[in-house]
Amino acid sequence: MDITDSVSAKASPEIKASPAIKASPPIMTAKNVDVFYGKKQAIKNVSLEIPENQITALIGPSGCGKSTLLRCFNRMNDTIESCKVTGDIRFAGQDIYAKKVDVVALRARIGIVFQKANPFPKSIFENVAYGPRIHGLAESKSHLEEIVITSLKRAGLYNEVSDRLTDAGTSLSGGQQQRLCIARAIAVQPQVILMDEPCSALDPIATAIVEELMESMKENYTIVIVTHSMQQAARISQKTAFFHLGEVVEFGDTDTIFTNPNDERTQNYISGRIG
Amino acid sequence: MPDLIQSHTLTTTPTQQKRHAKEARFKWYGRIAIGLSLGFLVFMFSAIFFRGVGAFTQTRIQLDINFAESLIDPTGERNPDMLARVNTKPLLKSSLSVIFPDVTSRRDTHNLLKLLSISAEYEIEDKIKANPEIIGTQQTLWLTSASQIDLYLKGKINTDVDESLRKLSDQDIVWIKTLIDQGRIKQKFNTTFFTKGDSREPEMAGILGAALGSFFSLVVCFAIAFPLGILTAVYLEEYAKKNWITDIIEININNLAAVPSIVFGLLGLSIFLNVFNLPRSTPLVGGMVLALMTLPTIIIAARASLRSVPNSIRDAALGMGASKTQTTFHHVVPLATPGMLTGTILGMAQALGETAPLLMIGMVAFIVDVPSSVTDMATSLPVQIFLWADSPEKGFVERTSAAIIVLLVFLVLMNLLAVYLRKKLERPKL
Repeated sequence: MDITDSVSAKASPEIKASPAIKASPPIMTAKNVDVFYGKKQAIKNVSLEIPENQITALIGPSGCGKSTLLRCFNRMNDTIESCKVTGDIRFAGQDIYAKKVDVVALRARIGIVFQKANPFPKSIFENVAYGPRIHGLAESKSHLEEIVITSLKRAGLYNEVSDRLTDAGTSLSGGQQQRLCIARAIAVQPQVILMDEPCSALDPIATAIVEELMESMKENYTIVIVTHSMQQAARISQKTAFFHLGEVVEFGDTDTIFTNPNDERTQNYISGRIG
Repeated sequence: MPDLIQSHTLTTTPTQQKRHAKEARFKWYGRIAIGLSLGFLVFMFSAIFFRGVGAFTQTRIQLDINFAESLIDPTGERNPDMLARVNTKPLLKSSLSVIFPDVTSRRDTHNLLKLLSISAEYEIEDKIKANPEIIGTQQTLWLTSASQIDLYLKGKINTDVDESLRKLSDQDIVWIKTLIDQGRIKQKFNTTFFTKGDSREPEMAGILGAALGSFFSLVVCFAIAFPLGILTAVYLEEYAKKNWITDIIEININNLAAVPSIVFGLLGLSIFLNVFNLPRSTPLVGGMVLALMTLPTIIIAARASLRSVPNSIRDAALGMGASKTQTTFHHVVPLATPGMLTGTILGMAQALGETAPLLMIGMVAFIVDVPSSVTDMATSLPVQIFLWADSPEKGFVERTSAAIIVLLVFLVLMNLLAVYLRKKLERPKL
């Protein structure tokens, strides 16, 4: 563990985001974020800092707003008409909700992997090649092939599919499809990868493979993962934020949150009494 | 039932028996319903088929025509204008008199000539026009018979009734028997029916004019309704914000789909004809009216198929940083294409069978010429069926049914095309 400073938890029981965490500089920050779906408020005054090249887990019971916040990070919520976001969300110091920000450029920097694997109904190759193609990342056909192969290798999928890149992406198994989606996200060379319960539809073996993959990806990417599995959060993340009813109850080092939470609600949730 | 649980019985209890009986009854209701509707369908198709199949053959009479120069071109100039106007009746008469030497009276000769359709005269004219060298030779030709001979040989004239009540005299029947004995009468494939336009004479009437009229109308209809409908659907489904304006548009589209087609005909009459002064009775206007009628169908079908594309695909593309338009046209529209095409073809099939709006814009006129463009006057298949069904000549009865067969064949072909396209374009689903 490279994180040395622990949360000054006991000093302030009402902690939302602890400024004491300084393992690596935050690549994303959220400050006083409120999200409304129509009149219903999904997120209430949330502030978070996502450290670079680490895995940050967002946990909490269903409907607590963790996925909503995740989707704010690359403005996927824009597609929902009734959704309104206020507050300040920054990526590398820039306000991502500023007028001049192009969501296309933003999403190229901040990729997303969804709960349900959603490969395009095209070949495996085309699935991965789509991102580089629309962003003009490949200079030539051979360069594109290289990007695709590198991305598949990084997603730990290449060995399994190297001889059938022209097969439909949808013909793969669930775990393979999810890794294909990760490869697809990697191919655009993002800095941050958001993962919305990526393993919830996978069996334990496929989950272990994806977790291993995340572990190895953390060197190159910042990962924010929403998960329902507290064991998963404990296994893979360095930072954990516990959400409850649209608020961040507690945010800090994963070790601390799981061994010595300072809020009763966190304690209750991780011990299985609520949620 | 606690005792039931205790007894662990696995055999049918009275309540279960009731449930099973209910299920069996319901299955039989369904089977009876399907059987009845299939029965009606078979009855309708066979009735049309047996009535119409006769129109695909036509009785022809073999005559040895002597193309005597003295009768055709006494001056020997071979002037094309003169040859085009030549009276061919004498040729027919002389060849008939060889077969029936005892018929001499003026009236009988006249009646004898009536065994042939007036189309026979044109057929000989055409021969001369096409090849003037034929003059001076003797040719054996199969000429179109009159409609009543055709009907008689197909068994559609009842000879038991009094002679004065039927179009065929006893003398005619004797003559026909003579011709049959000499092997001079045959049922041949009715090419006229497929190569000619409408006519007052059943044996000269063909379906081609109406079929091409329908074809041109559909081309115009497709050219207008397909792009408009698809673009409307894509915009409304993928781009437009959901607010009261789009709600009103949606309601109106749904209402338009339910508007009786004759109303569209009235609209076409008052707008396209009276305001824009477009040519009356043409496939151009017909197609425009049909396009108005087909638009809501296409839009609704296209929107439904766009809506059936899972949102996860849109999320996937947007999450990659694809723009809205890239997402729509790279991923959503290709997935929705089979459904959109199916909807379009079904809309076109509906337009093909439409009669009422075409009546309003004058496509119901009697038009002999086969149209060669969208601005030529024409009728359409269903209107032709309507016109023939209305004709008093008995020969049109079988032609009406034959035209229905042709229309049904086109409709079935279009539906098959829709099925084929759907199967072919369908990609693996998520």
